[in-house]
Amino acid sequence: MTTAVAAKDQVRTAMDPRRYLGDTWRHPVARAVVKAFLTIWVTTTLTFFLIRLMPGSPVELKIDELIQTSNGSLSYEDAKAIASGLFAINLNAPLYEQYLSFIWNLLHLDLGNSFLSSGTGVTSIILAVLPWTLFSVGTGLLLSFIVGIGLGLLAAYRRDSLLDRVVSTGGSLISSIPNYLIALMMILFLGVQTHLINFTGMRGAYTSGLQPGFTPAFIGDILYHASLPITIYFLTQIGHWILSMRSATLSALEEDYVTAARARGLSDGRIRTAYVGRNAVLPLVTQLAISVGFIVGGAAIIEQTFAYQGVGLRLLSAVTQRDYPVIQGIVMLTTIAVVVANLAADLLYSKLDPRIGRAGGAAG
Amino acid sequence: MSTAILARPTAGQRLLGLWLACVGFLRLLSQRPVGLVGFIGIVFFLLLAFVAPLFVPFQNDPSLVDIYLTPSQAHPLGTDFQGKDVLNQIVFGGRDILTVAILAALVSTVIAITFGSIAAIVGGRVDSTILAITDVTLTLPKLILLIAVAAILRPTSFVFLAVILGLLQWSSLLRQIRAQVLSLKERDYVEAARSLDLGLFHIVFREILPTMRSYIAIHFIFAMTEAMYAQVFIVILGLVPVSGSNWGIMLYFAQGQGALFFRDSIWYILSPILAITLVQLSLVSFASALEDIFNPRLRGSA
Repeated sequence: MTTAVAAKDQVRTAMDPRRYLGDTWRHPVARAVVKAFLTIWVTTTLTFFLIRLMPGSPVELKIDELIQTSNGSLSYEDAKAIASGLFAINLNAPLYEQYLSFIWNLLHLDLGNSFLSSGTGVTSIILAVLPWTLFSVGTGLLLSFIVGIGLGLLAAYRRDSLLDRVVSTGGSLISSIPNYLIALMMILFLGVQTHLINFTGMRGAYTSGLQPGFTPAFIGDILYHASLPITIYFLTQIGHWILSMRSATLSALEEDYVTAARARGLSDGRIRTAYVGRNAVLPLVTQLAISVGFIVGGAAIIEQTFAYQGVGLRLLSAVTQRDYPVIQGIVMLTTIAVVVANLAADLLYSKLDPRIGRAGGAAG
Repeated sequence: MSTAILARPTAGQRLLGLWLACVGFLRLLSQRPVGLVGFIGIVFFLLLAFVAPLFVPFQNDPSLVDIYLTPSQAHPLGTDFQGKDVLNQIVFGGRDILTVAILAALVSTVIAITFGSIAAIVGGRVDSTILAITDVTLTLPKLILLIAVAAILRPTSFVFLAVILGLLQWSSLLRQIRAQVLSLKERDYVEAARSLDLGLFHIVFREILPTMRSYIAIHFIFAMTEAMYAQVFIVILGLVPVSGSNWGIMLYFAQGQGALFFRDSIWYILSPILAITLVQLSLVSFASALEDIFNPRLRGSA
């Protein structure tokens, strides 16, 4: 009888569009996807309007520059004509028209052309630098995650021991030093004062002239050039993972299922990995995605300090050159990358933790 | 009998209570050496930034013969690329940074408390709307956005910069406050206040928020460290029109003038680095000690 009621209920749900929508909204996967699209839309719209509303439009700036470099031989009208040709963009159209064509182009993955080198697509500019940032940030983040989780687990198992105090205090202290200051101190102490590291030789993403490819020499060179940014990302993230894992492990150790596993006579190693460790690490997966966004932002200053050719460095040079399409494209593409990472983490999390799907709420 | 309960304490009683609370707090803190060191550090830097400038004369005259001097009696921390005294700049360069950090933390905490408790108490559609907005802002790459926003709006006043920073960093605190209020509003004393029909305002500000006082204080400090990080970040990148002098601007000039690569200029560069680092370390270690004292179970769940 109950099954009949349930079936009837289901039919009604399928028939009533409003309830159907409501149920879909309650589904965590649907929520995560909608959230992701909403985030991307908000950021793109925000950057679009911010860039158009700012004082000192790119055309005016270019006109000023042209007049100045010509030493007064160009009149304002001549300079304006040259500048408009250079920009190849109708900045005088009404704002909503610009916005609509902007959205239309975005759907076609056409992010426009760089203001400065006409004909170079923003997408190709970004695709040339994005892999380096993703590579260095990803490596640093994964290393810190793995090492931090190991140390956090260890610290929790030896709670209040000397090792616990050193690891958790040290971790939180290192992580509270701003990453760009660590980078500056590295240059100061390892480069300028002691000459231990040759920083000028490590500039760029790889040594120019080397043939890119899957050769040992090239891979070694990439790692050599990325080693400083990776070290910084590692140092600034590790404390966070140690502390989070430590507290997650401590609360997991008090759970009944651990006691039950002990009572069943399972080995300590098995309890540590399959019971305590696995459950403690779960909530950290979502944090992993959130910190991707944070490190990608912080990467800008690190890449500038070490002259590492990633997205952050490109964004900064676009900002100083007031190259709006590039600024806009980088903000949008990094947001999309971060949002996709978050979405992946959300989906992974609901897969790994079956309770989430039933509770009907997103993680956290 | 009811007058005895409602009688307001006299000023003397209040002062005594405050004094006893301070002593008790310091005693608790002294059991956590790292936290105590952090507390002393915070007091030191607050005095340095807000009180010391009243007693020390401001020196702003460049002296071309004294460039990049190493520490001496006249210049305890050496001189910069214009021959200005570094110690003097450190003393005068803290006020703006700390003010912006406090203001930004204030903005973000007020937003988080207001909308977090509204979401938790009103519930329903209001709750899901606020939560959706929070989720969206939570995933934004904030520093990238900050670069773009600062490059576009060019914040010239420090108050404006503080507001921008505050607007970017309220989201995770809002979620935590909402969760706290959600669990607190089921408690008996809130239930009692509700049955007495004391009103939403009374319930939030007189019943729920006082219970979360220590929690809010801790997260206010963490918000300060975040704001300070972002602020120096944006200043070093040169995205804020530079005026006056603070620790971030010192670093910006040190990099711009190539001082980083002079061996003798290490004192000049290291001074602002150490000042910022020590403030951050003091704030974090003090806040973690507070967390330990007030919410031992919540530790690290943030």
